[in-house]
Amino acid sequence: MGTWTWFHKLASPPHFYRIAGRLIPWFAVPAALLIAGGLYGGLVRAPPDYQQGEAFRIIYVHAPSAWLSLVCYTTMAVAAAVGLIWRIKLAHALAAATAPIGASFALLCLATGSLWGRPMWGTWWEWDARLTSQLILFFLYLGYMALRSAYDDLGRADRASAVLAIVGIVNVPIIHFSVDWWNSLHQGSTVIRKGGPAMPPSMLVPLLMCFAGFTLLYAALACIRVRAEVLERERNATWLRELPPA
Amino acid sequence: MEEFLHMGGYARYVWPSYGLALLVLGWNIWSALRLGRAARAGAERRLAAGATEGRDHGDR
Repeated sequence: MGTWTWFHKLASPPHFYRIAGRLIPWFAVPAALLIAGGLYGGLVRAPPDYQQGEAFRIIYVHAPSAWLSLVCYTTMAVAAAVGLIWRIKLAHALAAATAPIGASFALLCLATGSLWGRPMWGTWWEWDARLTSQLILFFLYLGYMALRSAYDDLGRADRASAVLAIVGIVNVPIIHFSVDWWNSLHQGSTVIRKGGPAMPPSMLVPLLMCFAGFTLLYAALACIRVRAEVLERERNATWLRELPPA
Repeated sequence: MEEFLHMGGYARYVWPSYGLALLVLGWNIWSALRLGRAARAGAERRLAAGATEGRDHGDR
């Protein structure tokens, strides 16, 4: 079976419903193990930072939530664009299902950043390029969800919110490069940087586990939420007469 | 143990961060499962109603 045929089959709601259902445990179980192991490693096993002491341990929840808030936004914008251009309803469903997840991790990133900034910078908040662009990301998610709920017609909600999601993607590289482009209070990249990660393995491995765990958790959550979206959107479709197993 | 909880004097920043993280992770799992169950129940309800009335809306 060619890639294109496979893709078309996946984009058909009944196939997606079945495949996504089977995938959930394959994402959820490794996610739980990686997050538990990563947080344990970060809190207990990793040595304190030579500059920041024990406070640096906030990185194990802060950086993965920042990462996931960006992964979610990118997924949302690409899915919205695919839905808009090729009129694939499943893509719109994925974009809609991703927004609340991304919003929650953007908020977690801001809150943990604030808790980290207070002891390190002496302030809970600063109108700094990195912090402000991350706050804008959170508002983009809220705007996207508010716009969707403003329409009764699902097709119109899909199209209007897709435009907002696509326009907002400009903020993603701004967040990433803000610490290089502007004089920011925020430290530069620790993991993805020239010359390799600026951390010993005992610190880095738990962090990478959290990155992977958060990402896999998103995949599991997206499967569950898109399946729910599909059931709502396909409410009159004949395939639902033989509802595949939950 | 006490030293661990003390977090080198940063306990009031580190522990709330982890607490909030667990809250957000928990909320995500709970809300997704709730949404999934509600959609499933709704679909089954419609299916049962449709079957007794013998309606057919067709695809879309």
